[in-house]
Amino acid sequence: MSLLAEVTGSIGSIGYGLAAIGPGVGIGIIFGQGVQAIARQPEAYGVIRQNMILGFALAEALALIGFVAPFVFGV
Amino acid sequence: MSADVVVASGGLDCHLLSGCGFPAPGAEIFQFDAVFTFTIGSLQFNISKVTILLFLCVFLILGFFIYAFRRPKLVPRGAQNVGEMGYLFIRDGISRDIIGKDGDRFVPYLMSFFFLVWLSNFMGILPFAQIPVTSIFAIPVAFALIVYVTWVPLGVYSQGFGGYFKGMLFPPGVPKAMYVLLTPLEFLSNLIVRPATHAIRLFANMFAGHLLIATFSIAAFYLISASVIGILGSAASFTVAVALTGFEALIQFLQAYIFTLLTAVYISGALHQEH
Repeated sequence: MSLLAEVTGSIGSIGYGLAAIGPGVGIGIIFGQGVQAIARQPEAYGVIRQNMILGFALAEALALIGFVAPFVFGV
Repeated sequence: MSADVVVASGGLDCHLLSGCGFPAPGAEIFQFDAVFTFTIGSLQFNISKVTILLFLCVFLILGFFIYAFRRPKLVPRGAQNVGEMGYLFIRDGISRDIIGKDGDRFVPYLMSFFFLVWLSNFMGILPFAQIPVTSIFAIPVAFALIVYVTWVPLGVYSQGFGGYFKGMLFPPGVPKAMYVLLTPLEFLSNLIVRPATHAIRLFANMFAGHLLIATFSIAAFYLISASVIGILGSAASFTVAVALTGFEALIQFLQAYIFTLLTAVYISGALHQEH
């Protein structure tokens, strides 16, 4: 079988880069909307911040799984 | 940076112009040799630096709170003031908001987790300790397992076996045909992915943070050489390492808070039927 293209080297880094795209966008949206909500309603700061951090934690988990996977499955 | 990391990164002679490549740190900087070992029956216990630090965290927290509340006064002073601040932070900031009034009996549980996780994270930037205890995967796994075996039986106890699993796996208000798709997904996300991410989130944050600080510290060491680029690069790396240490202090608190917040969310879901 002839190879047309091949990726060598640290593929784990590429995997992490790909895994970070989605959470990056998601975390940006979460904090952007959170700051907007606080600006509109500063008296609800406590509740908004708590939910913001909760959403951030859930979105961040995906990026972190991408970070851990190369260590778990080898390069 | 601790001496063992510098040695692990290729010795003291590895510099920019001495012809060796950059010794990037890997997962090996999280492996520690046993300080001493002992056996009970057929089990061998290897006590390493991390184990000692974990026990140190436990005893520091136990000691502090026993000292703070040994003779509680109506008007708190000194250590009791600090202890009550910690208690109120967990009760009003996490428990009352997420679980509600009936969550007050879980405040000691949440508080133990918060302070233990925070102090074990903090070991990462404490001089001479310099390894976050929670960056060893077994430890966050143990924490997450304790939480898991708390909220599942709690849900069964407070809502009944059938009611609890029916509410979890067959959420109401969905067309019947959707259950074919929804039930396996709910099962997977609630009972398998949830505890796994609970542990991985804490572990990976501490692991990544420690690796980042180690990379820049080794870079500062590696770049020292008699050249302009070496001195400037070394100074820049050292500055970044110091700045990252401050950033890590923030992340450590945030991760302890998130761990406790999620624990409260899981307990709340077990106590109250979701609407």
